[in-house]
Amino acid sequence: MSPAGIIRPEPGGYRDLPGGGRPAKTAVWAYAIAGSGAGDLAAGDLAAGDLAAGLRQLTGVGGAPVRVTSCSGLGMLVSDVSAAQFGEAALRRNLEDLDWLDQVARAHHHVIDAAARLFPLLPTRLATVYSSDDAVCAALAERRAALRGALRRVGGRVEWGVKAYAMPESEITAGGPGGAGGRGGTPAGGVGPGRISTAEARGGGLAYLRRRREQLAAGRESRAAAVGAARALHGALAGQAERARLHPPQAPQLSGVRLPMLLNAAYLLPADGAAEFAAAVAAHASAHPELRIELTGPWPPYSFAGDDDDGR
Amino acid sequence: MSAGGNAPVRGAGAAQLYGTGRSSGGSRAPANLGDILERVLDKGLVIAGDIQVNLLDIELLTIKLRLVIASLDTAREVGINWWETDPWLSADAIRRQGEGQPGDGMGELREEIRRLRGRVSELESGDESRRHHPS
Repeated sequence: MSPAGIIRPEPGGYRDLPGGGRPAKTAVWAYAIAGSGAGDLAAGDLAAGDLAAGLRQLTGVGGAPVRVTSCSGLGMLVSDVSAAQFGEAALRRNLEDLDWLDQVARAHHHVIDAAARLFPLLPTRLATVYSSDDAVCAALAERRAALRGALRRVGGRVEWGVKAYAMPESEITAGGPGGAGGRGGTPAGGVGPGRISTAEARGGGLAYLRRRREQLAAGRESRAAAVGAARALHGALAGQAERARLHPPQAPQLSGVRLPMLLNAAYLLPADGAAEFAAAVAAHASAHPELRIELTGPWPPYSFAGDDDDGR
Repeated sequence: MSAGGNAPVRGAGAAQLYGTGRSSGGSRAPANLGDILERVLDKGLVIAGDIQVNLLDIELLTIKLRLVIASLDTAREVGINWWETDPWLSADAIRRQGEGQPGDGMGELREEIRRLRGRVSELESGDESRRHHPS
């Protein structure tokens, strides 16, 4: 028996699935958990009609429409996926394929991001898959109280991401955009500010060594200053946010920035707190030329969805 | 509490850069796949699906190694590991365990980090020749 309150996908929805036609076996892919707002969709009240219309335009992972399965006063945003592609064995294989992962991650994020504009939600981690709507209900029922608590604390807020990188010394001392051609101080090979031309090195071994030592010391000092500034930045922003979360710095391959990342953090803010927060970030950026600061968002509250406590 | 009524205008992932020396006013960059992956793979609510790869133990570990955890060693090399002792670790561990105890979570996470470090050095020794060409 299927649980009450399920919005069925439109009859044509399956046509978008790879292979066409009616899939032999489907699984249910989860995007997010919502509270009564999404649950009301099933009750069919006035506002719910608008929300349902917004959701119906959303296409999920694998191309099927997004729908809401409600029970226990909670709703799970889901879409049907083919078990052949998203069943356990297939997932294990596919998650190793970065192109596949890229597509699926973007599709997953797109649904969560769009739905978060419609109602408060808790994003679920990628690859949360159920065999049926009944299984979704069982999972919601099991953690009902904790999920409702988390929705109250996190739902409706937005997350801002802040990353800080250590600025190369050549750019700090240049004193901003006007200084000596901006980024020209570092050789294209990226060896760093300590690089000495071979001619200079031949000119005097001792002088070279002395100069090299000074440069290394200066490098250590400026790195320490940058780390200190990153900590101060985090402290200040955390004080302004409802919650804060530190993440490990990203590798350059992931961030796309070759500078060392000193801070990778997420801050939970009310939806209308963006301007003030961005102003604080900008103020720190101008006070600390040793940092390059990157602000991203607003994101759905990914980094805070799993919070079980009231701390921080 | 205000619900979805005053939902923000979103352009999630758009980045504002400060202090680049080039764009003092801040410039916007498109959503970065790395940021999306970091969030959908590593953050987000863990709630058990009944069809579910055990993400923590198996395949995703390799992905995380490549994308996220691999950066830990880099950070350690340059002495930027102050965040390692920060409370996010314990919070993360609790989340991984669902309703688990803080103490247990910490231990489990330490164990995981230890295993990951082992894997990183294995991979690095295997990948040495390829990795040494910066992209």
